[in-house]
Amino acid sequence: MAAARWLLVAALLLAGGALCGQLEAAQGPAPENSCITCHRSIGDPRVTPPAEKFAGDIHLAQGIFCQDCHGGDPTSLDPERAMSRAKGFIGKPTHQAIPPLCGKCHSNAEYMKRFNPTLRVDQVQEYYTSVHGKLLRKGDQKVATCISCHDVHKIRAIKDQQAWTYPLKIVDTCGRCHGSAEYMATYKIPTDVVAKYKASVHFQTLTKGDLSAPTCNICHGNHGATPPGINSVANVCGNCHSVPAELFAKSPHRTAFASMNLPACVSCHSDHDIHKTSDTMVGTTEPAVCANCHQENSDDGRKVKSIRTSLDGLRTGIDRAEEILTRAERAGMEISQAKFDLHGASDILLKMRASVHLADPATVDAFAVEGEKIADKQYEKGVQALKELAFRHQGLWVAVGIILVTIVGLILKMREVDRRQSPPPSQHA
Amino acid sequence: MAELKRIVVPRLIAWFEERIDLAGFRALIGHKVVPIHRHTIWYYFGGMTLFLFSIQVATGILLVLYYRPSAEEAFESVQFIMSEVQFGWLIRSIHSWSANLMIATLMIHLFSIYFTQAYRKPREITWLTGMALFGIALFFGFSGYLLPWNTLAYFATKVGTDVAGQVPVVGHLILRILRAGDDVTGATLSRFYAIHVAILPLAITMTLSLHLFLVQQQGMSIPPEIERDPKSVPSMPFFPNFFLRDLVGWLSALAVLAALAAYFPWELGVKADPFAPAPAGIRPEWYFMYMFQTLKYLPARIGPLEGEVVGVLAFTMGGLFLALVPFLDRRSARGERSPLFFWIGIGILAYMVVLSMLGYLAPGGK
Repeated sequence: MAAARWLLVAALLLAGGALCGQLEAAQGPAPENSCITCHRSIGDPRVTPPAEKFAGDIHLAQGIFCQDCHGGDPTSLDPERAMSRAKGFIGKPTHQAIPPLCGKCHSNAEYMKRFNPTLRVDQVQEYYTSVHGKLLRKGDQKVATCISCHDVHKIRAIKDQQAWTYPLKIVDTCGRCHGSAEYMATYKIPTDVVAKYKASVHFQTLTKGDLSAPTCNICHGNHGATPPGINSVANVCGNCHSVPAELFAKSPHRTAFASMNLPACVSCHSDHDIHKTSDTMVGTTEPAVCANCHQENSDDGRKVKSIRTSLDGLRTGIDRAEEILTRAERAGMEISQAKFDLHGASDILLKMRASVHLADPATVDAFAVEGEKIADKQYEKGVQALKELAFRHQGLWVAVGIILVTIVGLILKMREVDRRQSPPPSQHA
Repeated sequence: MAELKRIVVPRLIAWFEERIDLAGFRALIGHKVVPIHRHTIWYYFGGMTLFLFSIQVATGILLVLYYRPSAEEAFESVQFIMSEVQFGWLIRSIHSWSANLMIATLMIHLFSIYFTQAYRKPREITWLTGMALFGIALFFGFSGYLLPWNTLAYFATKVGTDVAGQVPVVGHLILRILRAGDDVTGATLSRFYAIHVAILPLAITMTLSLHLFLVQQQGMSIPPEIERDPKSVPSMPFFPNFFLRDLVGWLSALAVLAALAAYFPWELGVKADPFAPAPAGIRPEWYFMYMFQTLKYLPARIGPLEGEVVGVLAFTMGGLFLALVPFLDRRSARGERSPLFFWIGIGILAYMVVLSMLGYLAPGGK
């Protein structure tokens, strides 16, 4: 089988050589890059596409050509010379050779400074700390290397919206392998992670246009991609959710989870299919996550109930104020300041929800008291606005009454004047 | 009360007459009469417009006490008037509603004059001053619309001034004068404020004085077909007979204004953000709607000219035509019926009504 493949390559080289030889004869001096000229003109689906794809590659845009990776002499149309080992031609690099090949430039700080002084140069080093890199070193032929995620011959800048590494495309880039049960069969890891992630609040936020929302690489790392261990989950989530992570670290749950060998964060929030949180997650009955560990009538169960009561209290207070202010606004009352002030209560509710991670009912309740004070004040403004509205309507009817009485008086006066001036009005000339 | 009427009032009048000669004024009031015929109802709309204008002046002065004309403070100051100032909501709502009712009564007044051919000789100058007053009133509305500095007003002003910029030759100059620059900014707001509270009041005071002087001087016009009737036309004294009737109309208008202000307070909307994209549903005040809708229907190019330029030219010519009607309509000048101008008037009115309705009801117009 291998012999047949080599025969085919030799035949192609010969055919290409013959074609390029003809081209050289016909065109006179060699073109600027014979690799592209020949590979394009051969028209073979195995060697032509890379030359065609390369037109959109960021390397080409920076003046880096085929020979900079594959070696050879691009000034000659003679395939013997152009692809001679003496000229450093390496052909198609092996799977294991790809990271060092890319690293030849990308790990060279001196060289990379020419293009962008802020570019990192430790990607290859980091790659070998990843599960991918470790498996590659063990000789794995399927594991991801640079080109699995960055594409090959059409590598784009990460900010390019068409790049495989653009935030919106990363899940599909990783999903090409991690979403394929067949491809991942030998690794025995779940392949539903892509579908789960796509159902998560993170993906929803990302696709709504917030490119800072996490996708695979934000939690697993880029070049050093690895699943976060039980002990590092809180740190990973805490990179973005710093306040809950900080509070969790001070809570009794931290030691409790550690003693039960449970990962932080994901034990309650799940890992890939993380949904938008709600107050119903707190409680001692389904669907509350606290119910997984705490009995309803235990001491801790009572603490959970107290936290939930505080949450419900402030939320209800805000809803009540919002409802009355909206009613007043729809009736035409100017209550924008009250609505603005109510945001203060909503901000406190946000802090209060974060404080749930401390698992301390007193702290949560303190927030509730502060927030409810604001919500009640705005509710009162709503009540006042509706009272003012009723006053305006009453005032209107009083004014209309006075106007009507005056009109009646005027009509009576008109009649009196008309009567006084009888016989009927004068004749206009 | 009887004491007041019998002793105090005559003494007070006598006190004034010793110092000021009121005889001329008394004679003027005493001699002014209002003809009575089947079109007398239309005479009330001039007075009604004047009444609503005085409401505008009174409420406008009160608003000026709190309004701050800058992009940073305008919206907040109107918000303050609406929510914190005692009866501020009432003053601002009445000012806004009354402005709209005033334009409506002004239009009725204008068309009633047109259809009763009251513009005919010798009242050509009165008609011209009336047309000028109509233009000033529209400009009052346009400049006042921006002052709360809310999103709708901001973008409607942008569109409105863009349209003014389409006037051939002087368009760009007009646009820059109106906007105080190339774009609608805080400088435009200050300029509109100055126009609204200083320039237009001065213009309207002078034009209105001349208009009222001419009305007083020439008396009320009688439609030609009634004037031609061999029977003489009855009349009533302006004071107190017609004035009392006027008062009834004014008080009714006041009641309507109060009801509108109490049940439909004028909305403030959202503060203008010049960097935000234009929201859906930008539209001008209802009295500009027929023009706005026409410009929407015009194709991008008509012959060698841009569609909008043709539209603006057409409206300018239309306005000019209306102003010159007393000089074009020779039959009316001879006291004859003038069917051509009657049907032109019907056409103009129908066009304005239909296009305005389309502006509100056609898809994308709401």
